[in-house]
Amino acid sequence: MPAESVLMRFVEGEGTADLDACLKAGGYEAARHALTTLTPESVIDIVDQSGLRGKGGAGFPTGRKWKFIPKGAPVKYVVVNGDEAEPCTFKDHMLLERAPHLLVEGIIITAYAVGAHRAYAYVRREGYLARERLRQAVAAAYERGFLGRKIFGTDMDLDVVVHTGAGAYIAGEETALLESLEGRRAMPRQRPPFPAVAGLYGKPTVINNVETLSHLPAVIRLGPEAYRSLGPPALFSVSGHVRRPGVYELPLGTPMRELIEHAGGLREGRRFKAAFPGGSSSAILTAEHLDVPMDYEPLRVAGSMLGSASLIVMDDTTCIVRVVARAVGFYKEESCGKCTPCREGTYWLSLVFDRILHGRGRMEDLDLLAHISKGLNGTCFCLLGESVPPSLDASLQHFRHEYEYHIGTGRCDVEDRLPPQHFAARSTGDPGAAAGTPGA
Amino acid sequence: MPVLRDEARDEIRRLPDHYEHRQSALIPALFVAQREIGWLPPDTLREVADLLDLPSSEVTSVASFYRFFFLEPPGRHLVLLCTNLACALNGAEHIRHHLEARLEIPPGQTTADGTFTLRESECLAACHLAPMMLVDRDRFGPLTPQSVDEILERYRAR
Repeated sequence: MPAESVLMRFVEGEGTADLDACLKAGGYEAARHALTTLTPESVIDIVDQSGLRGKGGAGFPTGRKWKFIPKGAPVKYVVVNGDEAEPCTFKDHMLLERAPHLLVEGIIITAYAVGAHRAYAYVRREGYLARERLRQAVAAAYERGFLGRKIFGTDMDLDVVVHTGAGAYIAGEETALLESLEGRRAMPRQRPPFPAVAGLYGKPTVINNVETLSHLPAVIRLGPEAYRSLGPPALFSVSGHVRRPGVYELPLGTPMRELIEHAGGLREGRRFKAAFPGGSSSAILTAEHLDVPMDYEPLRVAGSMLGSASLIVMDDTTCIVRVVARAVGFYKEESCGKCTPCREGTYWLSLVFDRILHGRGRMEDLDLLAHISKGLNGTCFCLLGESVPPSLDASLQHFRHEYEYHIGTGRCDVEDRLPPQHFAARSTGDPGAAAGTPGA
Repeated sequence: MPVLRDEARDEIRRLPDHYEHRQSALIPALFVAQREIGWLPPDTLREVADLLDLPSSEVTSVASFYRFFFLEPPGRHLVLLCTNLACALNGAEHIRHHLEARLEIPPGQTTADGTFTLRESECLAACHLAPMMLVDRDRFGPLTPQSVDEILERYRAR
């Protein structure tokens, strides 16, 4: 871990879920400073200049998002997106479990900046520990006067409500999250109007991801230049075929190769095959991309994206056809059914993958997969369906021979080449020992 | 006829206080009802609708959309085995076969004695533990067939 870590120092060791531990580490100083010495406008400017971008996947500049909030509106809301469900993304859960006060402090700073007096933190149902720790943190913050009436002795009032999701990936899409928070099926809304103008209950609403808000104390404490000079810092979730899967704080732009080394490297005797750099919605990259910086623009140029900064590493025991089939199955399962391309496209893709993997594939299925993928591209109501083509297209481009082998022989070329340890259980040491991994 | 205890009915009636619109209390209310009954039978859905003054059809629509609302009785313990990418790359399929053999049911079903409901799950945001599962509220991983047996034994006794 670099010495200048801004988030992980609140996470490591015992963590800072306990308020006193958090205060000892400097917690709530940034919020106090902002509320007592800075104007809301200058807080927005600092965040804007810091280069902080949304960490949930879309990467929208946070300060700019806040600037869309109309100043005169009598009621505004802050909504925290803690629905973290993008495959192989686990940084938000780690922050909520081990450093929930960073989020609470980030909420205070945000609410002050945009003039909101109520915030809802939407956390997915399965995050039992994350929710419990956040509820405790919110209760402790109320007790010390960091939330509630006249916080830090100022005229600012702020209430925070922790709200539980009920199990739906699509609720992580910000307008679907608002629908869910309003007690309806989590289905995305038409935009515009954007939530900044008409969000929760039709009121101007800032929606930010847990990690995004958790960066704010450091942004205020360090100031925009010093914060930027740290990369800016980012949390990377590294999973798959590495020895120490976990969450790592490193500067944005760290090459993929270096990130894999931080995560303990590959297993003994194995070679790198491919990786998703930003969750299963990002296009698969191959060994030629190992030195690409993990940053928005370089990954876009490489034909993929940073997304939620979740690196899923696959070594040479991996059958790419199965991996893409599993990813497609995920989107099929989670499609809300609102729009036809997503609902039908993911369904038919799954059927085709199913027959390829069961030895009933036909060579013309490859064109069919590409055709359905094209039908999903740019036609879906939200990004869920649009998340399917990148990795599917990349796999057809880089690993076409694996599809052809499955179809031609009814077997898997990886299994035929390697001993039967394909998709084998992890045989490495204690993953809990990895720096910064949350406890079990 | 109300099925829910008075305490639960009061709890549900107070939930809208946290929100600008009453319907925001629906998902929390359904969790209260499910905690009481164990699942959400049709008459309970109607009772929640009455308590929040919402159309019954809307309540059923929402309850049937989300995967943590049970419209039929689940087992005493819910086993969610993650089979998404990080877990799949680390042997989740092997663990799934083992669970199916031990519990003698495929994912989506409940054991004959009503102890376990087994479900395949999408990513549970604990990929450092892959392959992992959630039993009720507790996470376990990295799983091996042996550790799965021990965990099942522990819950069987509860």
